[in-house]
Amino acid sequence: MKQDTSKQETWDLKIYVAGETEKSRKAVANLRKVCSEHLKGECHIEVVDLVKNPRLAAEEQIFAVPTVIRKLPEPLKRLIGDMSATEHVLVGLDIKTKNS
Amino acid sequence: MSKDGSTSRGRGRKTVAGGTASGKSGAPVSLRGVEKAMTGIRGLDDVTYGGLPRGRPTLVAGGAGCGKTMFAMEFIVHGAVDYGEPGVFITFEENASDLKKNFASIGYDLDRLVEERKIVIDHVFIDRNMIMETGEYDLDALFIRLGYAIDSIGAKRVSLDTIEVLFSGLSNHALLRAELVRLFRWLKERGITAVVTGEKGAEQLTRYGLEEYIADCVIFLDSRVTEQIVTRRLRIVKYRGSTHGMDEYPFIIGGDGIIIFPITSIRTDYKLSRERVSSGIEKLDLMLDGKGFFRGSSILYTGTAGTGKTSFAAYYVDAACRRGECCLYIAFEETEDQIVRNMKSIGLDLDRWVKKGLLKFYVTRPALYGLEMHIVLIEDQLRRFQPQNMVMDPISDFTSIGGGKEVKSMLTRLQDIMKSQGITAIYTDLITGDIRPKTSEVYISSIIDTWIMLRNIEFNGERSRSLVLIKSRGMPHSNQIREFLFSSHGVDLVSPYIGPGGVLLGSSKVVQEMKDNAQILGLRRELQTSRDALEEKRREFGSRMEAFKAQFNVEQNELMKNVEKAEQDLNVTIKDREVMGQERKSDTTKTGITKRSGGEDA
Repeated sequence: MKQDTSKQETWDLKIYVAGETEKSRKAVANLRKVCSEHLKGECHIEVVDLVKNPRLAAEEQIFAVPTVIRKLPEPLKRLIGDMSATEHVLVGLDIKTKNS
Repeated sequence: MSKDGSTSRGRGRKTVAGGTASGKSGAPVSLRGVEKAMTGIRGLDDVTYGGLPRGRPTLVAGGAGCGKTMFAMEFIVHGAVDYGEPGVFITFEENASDLKKNFASIGYDLDRLVEERKIVIDHVFIDRNMIMETGEYDLDALFIRLGYAIDSIGAKRVSLDTIEVLFSGLSNHALLRAELVRLFRWLKERGITAVVTGEKGAEQLTRYGLEEYIADCVIFLDSRVTEQIVTRRLRIVKYRGSTHGMDEYPFIIGGDGIIIFPITSIRTDYKLSRERVSSGIEKLDLMLDGKGFFRGSSILYTGTAGTGKTSFAAYYVDAACRRGECCLYIAFEETEDQIVRNMKSIGLDLDRWVKKGLLKFYVTRPALYGLEMHIVLIEDQLRRFQPQNMVMDPISDFTSIGGGKEVKSMLTRLQDIMKSQGITAIYTDLITGDIRPKTSEVYISSIIDTWIMLRNIEFNGERSRSLVLIKSRGMPHSNQIREFLFSSHGVDLVSPYIGPGGVLLGSSKVVQEMKDNAQILGLRRELQTSRDALEEKRREFGSRMEAFKAQFNVEQNELMKNVEKAEQDLNVTIKDREVMGQERKSDTTKTGITKRSGGEDA
């Protein structure tokens, strides 16, 4: 059901990292992969480096990196980790329900 | 070591801080190596001998509602306000606006401090249900966040309350532990003095074993409920490189934050006064070396109901106010009106002192609060009124809200405050037994300098009041039991009857005196009787002599008459014979007879 409704939606994702590290790059790549493979609609991914914008950590309630925030579609969703566990990413982004 | 004692709080703490800094031999002294940061939490800097380890994290553990958040916040606010050290408060549980509201109730204007860039409050919101873990991560974002906050105000202090929320929000505990180790090391490297709170655990100090990572200083807070009254206690579990008080210290969270009572920390740096102050009763002063009590000492009037404890206290108050001194009267049983009215009956006008602002009544009920709350409220009164004298009437009421031990520790603490501020303290204590003091002996004798026992002695159908000085430290004093009487002119101490049968008071004394008088009278009478008897004998002897003499005279006269008559008879006879002889002309015989008659007459 969710997969059907999400097909035409615009996805607005932000991924917060701390510095341009190997871990950061890997997480961004993993996220892009999930999006291209599982999301049919338009997908914007913004990479935010907290080292450069430390103020945002508090503003966006971020305590772990990497953190992905799904701004759109609502409601807001949060994921942490390097996005390597694809199943968890799909559930976390509400692309897939836990049991499906 | 921060010796900064500048603070708006009570005087007691400063005294202690000074005492610690002076480092007397024998007194526990912190090692020079451990630099400390004052928390500003009243009492804590005493038991830690100067505060928390500077530049290191301290773990504050305890159950729900034990005051961890208060501790963490006071540490930040006092740091920012009193010690010029800005601080960051990271809250993991309550949001910032709730915190601000809660602390506004104890007079903290957190908004203003934030505006003045003295503190930063950041709420790290972690909701397990909203977070999906998708692989490896770290807490760099938290470090960045904290680092940013620290740098924005040049913070020297950080509180993390309660970082364990991370464990319930995130599932990778091994990773969290590694990150916490890194976090604490990072804080140390930055020279941040930190307070990290942790929830009490079942088998270990904290639920997630934070004590394994914070080894420098661990403080445990505990709150227990006994008889519906909460008692909070604080214990310093460890403090690496520093001596610290080992006991459990009671503390309260009062109207202006946490107050810890370092009950067992013995202070010897009181400036004891040698000045003497009147008890308000001249004859009692006479019993006290003629000069009365020592200023700043503690005086206890013990007695059963109706022995005049309050009256004696009131006399002291009156004398103190006459000297122009202030006096705080803490009343647990009677109201101000009652006391003022009752004392009028023995000639004391306390009302005028109230009007002059020299006397202040603080009327409260023991059952209203726990023991510790009472201390705080009393301390608060002392701080505001700054009296030189205090009356607490009666302390025995405290036993209704605490056991002997608790009451003793509370009173010890209170007397500590009195002593350190040079306040002369009058306590009254109602005892139930007669004759032998029971309650007071057990728990407060040691903190009392002058102990006066008032007794009612019932004997022969009447009650007499007696007074005896049980002890009076540092002065020679009378050991005699005195009887005292109340009148509208005041208290009069009467010397007792002392005789071979013991000491007697009241009418039995009068009776005894009468008996004694009777005895003397009897002896006097006996003496008189003996004297009378002697006199009588003399008189009798005299009169018998008179009678005997009279009879003798009578008989003598009789006999003399007889002699005379006999002589006359003889002479007549001889004459007759001569006449007859002349008539017979016999010359010789006449001469001889004349001679013999002349000899008889001589």
